[in-house]
Amino acid sequence: MTTLTLKLSTLRGNLLRCPTIVLTGWIWLAVMLFVALFAEVLTPYVYTALDLSARLQPPVGFGGQTNHLLGTDELGRDVMSRLITSIQMSLLIAFASTLISASIGLTMGFLAARFRGWVEQAVMVAIDFQASIPFMLIALAVLAFFGNTLVLFICLMGCHGWERTARITRNLTVSAIEQGYANAVQALGASTWRIYFKHILPNIASTLIVSMTLTFPEVILLESGLSFLGLGVQAPLTSLGNMVGYGREYLQSAPWILLAPASIIVLTTLSISLVGDWIRDKLDPTLQ
Amino acid sequence: MNYLLTRGARSGLTVLLVVTFTFFILRMSGDPAMMILSADAPPEAIEAFRQSWGLDAPLSHQYFGYLGNILAGNFGVSMRNGASAMSLVLEAIPATLAITLPAFVLKLLLGIPAGIFAAFHRNTWIDRLIMSFSVAGHSMPSFVLGVLLVLIFAVSLGWFPSGGYASWEHAILPIITLSIGGAAVLARYTRSAMLEVLGQPYIRAASAKGLSWRLVVIRHALPNAAAPILTIMGLMLGALIAGAVVVESVFSWPGVGRLIVSAVANRDLAVVQAALLLVTFSMVGANLLVDALNVMIDPKIRSSK
Repeated sequence: MTTLTLKLSTLRGNLLRCPTIVLTGWIWLAVMLFVALFAEVLTPYVYTALDLSARLQPPVGFGGQTNHLLGTDELGRDVMSRLITSIQMSLLIAFASTLISASIGLTMGFLAARFRGWVEQAVMVAIDFQASIPFMLIALAVLAFFGNTLVLFICLMGCHGWERTARITRNLTVSAIEQGYANAVQALGASTWRIYFKHILPNIASTLIVSMTLTFPEVILLESGLSFLGLGVQAPLTSLGNMVGYGREYLQSAPWILLAPASIIVLTTLSISLVGDWIRDKLDPTLQ
Repeated sequence: MNYLLTRGARSGLTVLLVVTFTFFILRMSGDPAMMILSADAPPEAIEAFRQSWGLDAPLSHQYFGYLGNILAGNFGVSMRNGASAMSLVLEAIPATLAITLPAFVLKLLLGIPAGIFAAFHRNTWIDRLIMSFSVAGHSMPSFVLGVLLVLIFAVSLGWFPSGGYASWEHAILPIITLSIGGAAVLARYTRSAMLEVLGQPYIRAASAKGLSWRLVVIRHALPNAAAPILTIMGLMLGALIAGAVVVESVFSWPGVGRLIVSAVANRDLAVVQAALLLVTFSMVGANLLVDALNVMIDPKIRSSK
């Protein structure tokens, strides 16, 4: 049994005994995941469908009707349908980008630890470069120069946070090599590939997961911030940040357009930081 | 000294990398002549445009010309209105500092005492209350916070204007928005740094000696907890110029951040690169400053290299 599966099984045991607030966070994230996976079934209308006879209709409970539970925007588009589609888009970007970022970081960290010397120096310079400028600005520059498509945007978000993973991977791999088990497997005739991905990776995976729990909420914030500025996800696609940015124009006449996505963003990032802190406590007490 | 030299060399390398990065990204993004003049412009006009911007020279030639221009302080002119790109950015700096500097001070005044206070009352309701605020403040994106503040204090209560740049009252909501997230982060770091130090034997020794608790904290605990707090402060200091990109847009505040956003939206490359380079300089400078301060307060770094 590797250390990772051992830790994950204690994590499962702990899940039943975790504080109520963390449990609430887990439940909220599960609901969000469910909404994202089944968005097509859950949306009452197509998110771009116009209903010009019901423009700026308030939500139910504030003078609205049950045909649009969360009201409509100024083109009569159903806010709930747009919200569900936005949750799907924001989570898709966050998941895809976190995976890309983790893969880049893992590769760079492994390369630095495997070859040392100038390869390691080059990786370190790249890490310094990435860490010394706020990523928001790099993202803005790239978007200014290349324009914006969804694939490019996801790849760009995937460049965020890799430096943290790379640094951790490099340090852990170097100390894993010193521990001797890598040498032992090598003496048994295993290929480099096998040593790194079959033996070292499972042993450092729990710390990598911790690093991913930090990257994920950051990507959500970055994506929604850029989309809020109108520089992220482009219409007709929609994301949570887009909805807030768009709803800002109707702050006085129709605050629900903005409040619905804003509360989803706050609750989701809050849940992720509660759950993430808890996972960090359980998996790696040294990384506070 | 050696340590600082290494750090200095690395910072120089970072700046050079950013310059190279902006240069290549500028050139890879397609033909600026086509983008500015549109595809159906007459060929003579495109040729003239290329010549005036030096786009007809070989790439290596362009690169060194670009480096030389930057060293001479020439960052090109805005492709939209012909004004000098760097002066556009420099003109926007005072407005940005008018909100980021007070916000920086407010972050320190709120965050550090809150963190110390929470560390002293570890695991009591005070600690939990402060840390709950910290988690909430830290996971609330600034644009959501800003928009909510506008909704409450400008739209509903009418206490403050919702945006613009006319009087000191306009600055209040942006300053609050900027401070809360930073204060939350500082409180968290200060608390854990203090907790680590307070558990050390020399703190027990100092209080056993009969020193007052206040003296123990000021003389023994704070200096030892300062390094991680300084690092965070350095990042915040470096972000004084570019840390308000989103908040400035929320409140229509005419600073560097809003200039960058509109330059990106208009694809005004010269302004974007001038701003990017200026921000890099300030971030790298702030990092170096923090390294120097760390060397001053921590003899361990001095002796290790």
